[in-house]
Amino acid sequence: MSQLVDRRLSGKNRSAVNRQRFLHRYKAQIRKAVTDSVSSRRVSDLERGEKISIPAKDMSEPIFHHGPGGQRNIVHPGNREFVRGDKADRPDGDGGGSGASQDAQSMDDFVIELTREEFMDYFFQDLALPDMVKKQLAKAPEVKRVHTGFVSQGNPSNLHVVRSMKQAIGRRLAMSSSPREALREAEAALAELTQQGRDASDEACVLREEIMHLKARIAAVPFIDTWDLRYANRVDKPIPSSQAAMFCLMDVSGSMDEDRKSIAKRFFMLLYLFLTKNYERIDVVFIRHHTTAKEVDEEDFFASRESGGTVVSSALLLMRDIINERYPTDSWNIYAAQASDGDNWENDSSRCRELLIRDILPHMQYFAYVEIEAEQPQSLWREYIQVKMASRHFAMQRILTLEDIYPVFRDLFKKKELA
Amino acid sequence: MMTGHPQTDLHQPLSQGSEWTFELLERYDREIGEAARFFGLDTYPNQIEVINSEQMIDAYSSAGMPVGYHHWSYGKQFLTTQKSYQRGQMGLAYEIVINSSPCIAYLMEENTMTMQALVIAHAAYGHNSFFKGNYLFRTWTDAEGILDYLVFARNFIAECEQRYGDETVEAMLDSCHALMNYGVDRYKRPAKLSMAKEQVRRVEREDYLQSQINDLWRTLPTRQVTHEHHKTSRFPAEPQENLLYFIEKNAPRLEPWQREIVRIVRKIAQYFYPQRQTQVMNEGWATFWHYTLLNHLYDEGKLSDGFMMEFLQSHTNVVYQPPFHSRGYSGINPYALGFAMFKDLRRICEHPTDEDRRWFPELVGTDWKQSLDFAMRNFKDESFIAQYLSPKLIRDFKLFAIRDDDTEEKLEISAIHDDAGYHTVRQRLAEQYDLGNREPNIQVYNVDIYGDRALTLRHYVHDRRPLGDSTSEVLRYIAHLWGYPVRMESVDQNGEVS
Repeated sequence: MSQLVDRRLSGKNRSAVNRQRFLHRYKAQIRKAVTDSVSSRRVSDLERGEKISIPAKDMSEPIFHHGPGGQRNIVHPGNREFVRGDKADRPDGDGGGSGASQDAQSMDDFVIELTREEFMDYFFQDLALPDMVKKQLAKAPEVKRVHTGFVSQGNPSNLHVVRSMKQAIGRRLAMSSSPREALREAEAALAELTQQGRDASDEACVLREEIMHLKARIAAVPFIDTWDLRYANRVDKPIPSSQAAMFCLMDVSGSMDEDRKSIAKRFFMLLYLFLTKNYERIDVVFIRHHTTAKEVDEEDFFASRESGGTVVSSALLLMRDIINERYPTDSWNIYAAQASDGDNWENDSSRCRELLIRDILPHMQYFAYVEIEAEQPQSLWREYIQVKMASRHFAMQRILTLEDIYPVFRDLFKKKELA
Repeated sequence: MMTGHPQTDLHQPLSQGSEWTFELLERYDREIGEAARFFGLDTYPNQIEVINSEQMIDAYSSAGMPVGYHHWSYGKQFLTTQKSYQRGQMGLAYEIVINSSPCIAYLMEENTMTMQALVIAHAAYGHNSFFKGNYLFRTWTDAEGILDYLVFARNFIAECEQRYGDETVEAMLDSCHALMNYGVDRYKRPAKLSMAKEQVRRVEREDYLQSQINDLWRTLPTRQVTHEHHKTSRFPAEPQENLLYFIEKNAPRLEPWQREIVRIVRKIAQYFYPQRQTQVMNEGWATFWHYTLLNHLYDEGKLSDGFMMEFLQSHTNVVYQPPFHSRGYSGINPYALGFAMFKDLRRICEHPTDEDRRWFPELVGTDWKQSLDFAMRNFKDESFIAQYLSPKLIRDFKLFAIRDDDTEEKLEISAIHDDAGYHTVRQRLAEQYDLGNREPNIQVYNVDIYGDRALTLRHYVHDRRPLGDSTSEVLRYIAHLWGYPVRMESVDQNGEVS
């Protein structure tokens, strides 16, 4: 007789450890794949798990095997027209048409599906973020527990005594109402008999017995019962409930090449990620500029490249106008991230400083500026140093590698930590 | 009704419809077991486990071991399986069955009743009786001890990971896995595996081994042996084919725990060794019996027509052999060939033709059950095909042999399914299943005991076939185990060493 076992509920995820080992072993390849994947994503589309693929040849398990060459005999089924001694051309590829070669093709790329947390983890690795900040960014939005009425099931700590007692009173009344009525009638009848002086009659005895019985029935109605219990109901409600506007400003003049743009993109993504943790709704505005500024969609923002000079103030002017028009500061928190290689018309930089200090920074929560791979500080940098001294809400940083991005936001995250 | 006993109607099928229940599984299992006894199948007790698809993926990815130690390669396997399952490229439905006593067979909960019955017949009675009967399994595996041994192996390796670090252990396992196919004694009978014994003996073995090795590598040689003698005598005296065994016993720089890991990988390789040599027979045998048992139950009126339709449809898919020129072709389907051969054996016993009388005089007129049982017990794929592949099957499959010689411009058709070709086709096909033919013949040739301690391996070249491109990587792994340089020499058919 066979033994029949239901194993469905036991031991799921036996391979979880092995999967982790695998990810650990190929972390370099996965990181590279994540980096590639990030550059093809939208700024606002970072927090999603991802299928990433890494080259299968990197993870083969070598064994001794025969290489092509020499003499081989192979038997195949399904002969059609061959007779002994026929000569045939070699098929394309490696001769035999064996299963191995087909496998090799379909295995060219090895696809791994990463969860959102895993993906974020790889994303953060390059950026040298402090753990505290990583945790803050990766976690789900904070929630507040709010009351929403009462429910009949819950855990003991949520037991609501007053409500439960109310229920109990109602139930006791309902359950004892008919015996009470009968009791009243019986007592009235007995009183009548007593008045008539037939206190000791059989009728009176019966009534007395009935009264005793009814009293016992009423007493038997439990004082409190399990279905009287009421629990306070609480549900999670996400805390962030305000809105933010995020401005991305980027120089797209000829000197901003793909590498620089890729760094800039990380910079924008990080700010976006920070904002998503703190605000319910975020509008992103992309402004690109060379000698003139233009509001564009994200695709154009990263794709286009123009030739010619740079006038940074044009972008700041446009930003100011957009803020005035669409984002009144009483209902919007405004953040801005500006990326540039530092080039600017000589006499425009001082104008930028004035614009920032006078018109823009008073509206801002935070303004972060990065100068990417600039050879040496130029006029814009020098002017911005003055801006920085004038405002707490301004941060600037020169960036050579990805690791330099985080310090721009250091104050931003620190503020959050204290709050 | 008048009677109190429910009298089962002979023509009442066991069930209608595709839903299964545990009660139905039990009834089907009882009936199939009954039929198996009727045909004389000898099996280990069965343990049939119902699992869900995730657990099935888990089972697939641990190479069919119910208990496995942790290693990234199983994670890779898991991701691959999961991917192809999610894409729907692969039905997991068929079977996984563990060569153990009790014999564990998995049923997936998504399957229909018909599929569950098919898997029970195939795995719990077909494969099970093969595991119990075939000489290779009897020689090389210990069904009673394997589960305990796997538990021992997992615990031991987990302990090593704690003590020496995941990465150190992983490096050991990587190196050993690369040599897994070279961890088998082909001729010596292995000792039984069992956890209790293993644990007791482990400590003794560690001490003893270490002392042996220290002896071999003693730095103060007795000066009686002349240098001349060093030049001519080799260590080992005879070439050794079991590379893992040689490393376990002789590698100069391994710690005792590392030797134990080599041993674990070697033992597990040994456990799977018979399965690699009996693919066609094992699958053919199981397929033949699910087909025969379920048809028997149908003849007894216990299966509905709907059941049979569904069963025959999956059975036909399983035994389909696409021709070599079709897109779906990926070599010979072991289910198709094995099933056809066992069915053909029965035909030869029961209804022989004149041709069969010439080719298989010893089978004609015998009891087919006994003849099949004999074939199942005493052969492996290579010898089974060499012995039993009939001209009729060669014609049915339209088999033909190709010679591919890289010194010639074209392929040559060396034999086809005609009178002149039967023997050649059969011989070539048998060789195709010879492990010794499929894997390069590599042996330990010499250790330079008195010099740089380098290990020399020899590749005995057959048919001028060279080693593949991953050879240098494997050599690096061996060097990791050996601790000193490792060289590879090639010996061609004329004995020339290069």
